[in-house]
Amino acid sequence: MKKDIIISGVGGQGILTISAVLDTAALESGFNVKQSEVHGMSQRGGAVQAHVRVSDQPVYSDLIPKAKADLILSVEPMELLRYLPYLSPEGYLVTDINPFKNIANYPDEADLKAQIEQFPHHRIVDARTLAKKAGNFRAANVVMIGAVSDLLPFDEALLKKVIADLFKRKGDRIVQMNLDAFELGKAAVLSQEV
Amino acid sequence: MQKILLGNEAIAQGAIDAGLSGAYGYPGTPSTEIIEYITAGPDAKSGKIKAHWSTNEKVATEEALGMSFAGKRAMVTMKHVGLNVAADAFINMAISGINGGLVVVVADDLSQHSSQNEQDSRFYGKFAMLPILEPSNQQEAYDMMAYAFDLSEKTKLPVLLRSVTRLSHSRANVTVKDKKNQNSLQLLDDTKRFALIPSFAKLQYKGLIEKQKDLEKIAEQSPWNTYQEGEDTSLGIIASGIAINYLLENYPEKVPYDVLKVSHYPLPKEQVRKMFDRVDKILVLEDGYPFIEEMIGDYLGRDQKVIGRLTGAIPRTGELNPNIVAYALGLEEHIDSDIPEIVVGRPPQLCPGCGHIDLYEELNDIIPEIGDNRVFSDIGCYSLGVLEPYDAIDTIIDMGASIPMAKGAADAGLLPAIAVIGDSTFTHSGMTGLLSAVWDNSPITVIISDNSAVAMTGAQPSAAMGRLYDIAKGLGVKKEHIKIIIPLKKYHDKNVEMIKEELDYQGVSLIIAQRPCVTMSNDKKDLARQFNTFEPSY
Repeated sequence: MKKDIIISGVGGQGILTISAVLDTAALESGFNVKQSEVHGMSQRGGAVQAHVRVSDQPVYSDLIPKAKADLILSVEPMELLRYLPYLSPEGYLVTDINPFKNIANYPDEADLKAQIEQFPHHRIVDARTLAKKAGNFRAANVVMIGAVSDLLPFDEALLKKVIADLFKRKGDRIVQMNLDAFELGKAAVLSQEV
Repeated sequence: MQKILLGNEAIAQGAIDAGLSGAYGYPGTPSTEIIEYITAGPDAKSGKIKAHWSTNEKVATEEALGMSFAGKRAMVTMKHVGLNVAADAFINMAISGINGGLVVVVADDLSQHSSQNEQDSRFYGKFAMLPILEPSNQQEAYDMMAYAFDLSEKTKLPVLLRSVTRLSHSRANVTVKDKKNQNSLQLLDDTKRFALIPSFAKLQYKGLIEKQKDLEKIAEQSPWNTYQEGEDTSLGIIASGIAINYLLENYPEKVPYDVLKVSHYPLPKEQVRKMFDRVDKILVLEDGYPFIEEMIGDYLGRDQKVIGRLTGAIPRTGELNPNIVAYALGLEEHIDSDIPEIVVGRPPQLCPGCGHIDLYEELNDIIPEIGDNRVFSDIGCYSLGVLEPYDAIDTIIDMGASIPMAKGAADAGLLPAIAVIGDSTFTHSGMTGLLSAVWDNSPITVIISDNSAVAMTGAQPSAAMGRLYDIAKGLGVKKEHIKIIIPLKKYHDKNVEMIKEELDYQGVSLIIAQRPCVTMSNDKKDLARQFNTFEPSY
């Protein structure tokens, strides 16, 4: 078993939370993991990504080689396409469709969507709306974990436990909201599986 | 027990478990999380370990040396350019030697993700004639800390542990061991070697040179340097630090060539010699400058036996990755990648609501009147003011350069000249520059954009908090020319007037633009406001 996952978005969008959930699930599943992330200047509203590599064999490189990623999970549509050179021919593209526009020359949203839809394995999720439905738009990153849960090498129960543990210190209400966000993400992609 | 640790956390935990007594540092990407991890841990909270953000890297290094002098194990952490600041202490404590184990951890920022350059700290280690360790993964980073402290105490020398961005900022499973006890206070019988007057220092320097043979022998036998023979002797590969991972990524079963993994310097000469004897050609894979390649390559380039960054087999700049290594091995035909045209750049930028924005908008109202090319700035979040839409500052060189550059330009006749510097950068390296300007009564205006934090690296506490007014006054800036403004839209016009007034003054004036960093929690902001008791000057 080997899964190479790129998580992408804009600094401040919660990439590291998604990575932390996957790392912990990997550790608890007895897998090897390497997860490279971005700290520093780019965290100030710049393009950021994490490379998450999970395997039952040793993981060497902290970075995923080009054309080897099984999944690119993005919380922002343009940032999804930035890492396209890493996608394996059989890989999945999964993104929140809500753009983060902090630059003047942001591309046309319909064009972005059309480009993503050209790929055989893609899932487009309105994570922001679903997160709001769960209780807070900030839970969009957890919606996205739900949206790829079937593509991850972890039991769903374990993923939920890790999410619950992660938010435990913020209280039961926040834990429940994030679990709801996870379920909404999961349900949203059931209908569009390709 | 296994944990998932960031490379920097593995270094920190390794130090704690090796019996660390004190950790000192100055925040800087990619090194910051080492001290943060120790600070957040139970030993620092209970006072068993001293963990401290020092005012700059030189100070941190000297504090660590003081703890070592007293016999305890100390660590100092910094980013690569921080070692430039600490260089005086670093080089000279190689001459004095240490008492308790002392490990200098430097994280190099290859590809300049958050830095002005990609200088390679191994050159400093060699320059100081010290042992250098270069972990290849998070487990080694953890294990090497105990080894480094033992090596330091055995050789009585500081040890340099060099990390790089991709190790410092990558997480992996790490098996941790039990914690060793700390050293007790152990005073030296004779302290002469720490007193570097020439007569003592010459002896110490000779001693350091004599030690080099031992250091070479230790590195030759080091468990971190390994030689594996391959079946195909058309090529041999020397891979240092994390470069070995990119090689193994391309040959997960077995590398067909001879491989020398280097993680402990001085370079193990005998093993390099063995490779020269066995193979036709040597490829050097190193994340950083061509350090090993330059040492073993042919200076005049007549003999193509050694290939790497200098010969074009590997790009001359930037960090390595699995694809670059595959390309160098002939396993891939090109290393370019095609990002779709629709994707545009997304550079970092100042956070919405940031006080630096208001300050730059005020300055930009003044620049058309006084002319361009006169705002000297510095290192920090506010460096982003060089980008559109602000384009408000002209220079960013190194920590503290803003004030002396403004003075130098004013000396040349460029008036008015303005320095813009952050609060923590000011206490790091700005104060001496300010004193120099005060001493010479230079007609410059210094603006300290004070957000009460070391913001860029994650809002660590700033030593400047609540002290800027008194420091400026103490350094001799005249009280009537120290002004405090609040960079908020509602004060825009008042602030513009106040800056203009001070630009007219023909001596050193200092304006503190004071507003807590927007990314800080409300608790931290409140704390900052408690410290900043001086009222705005209007």
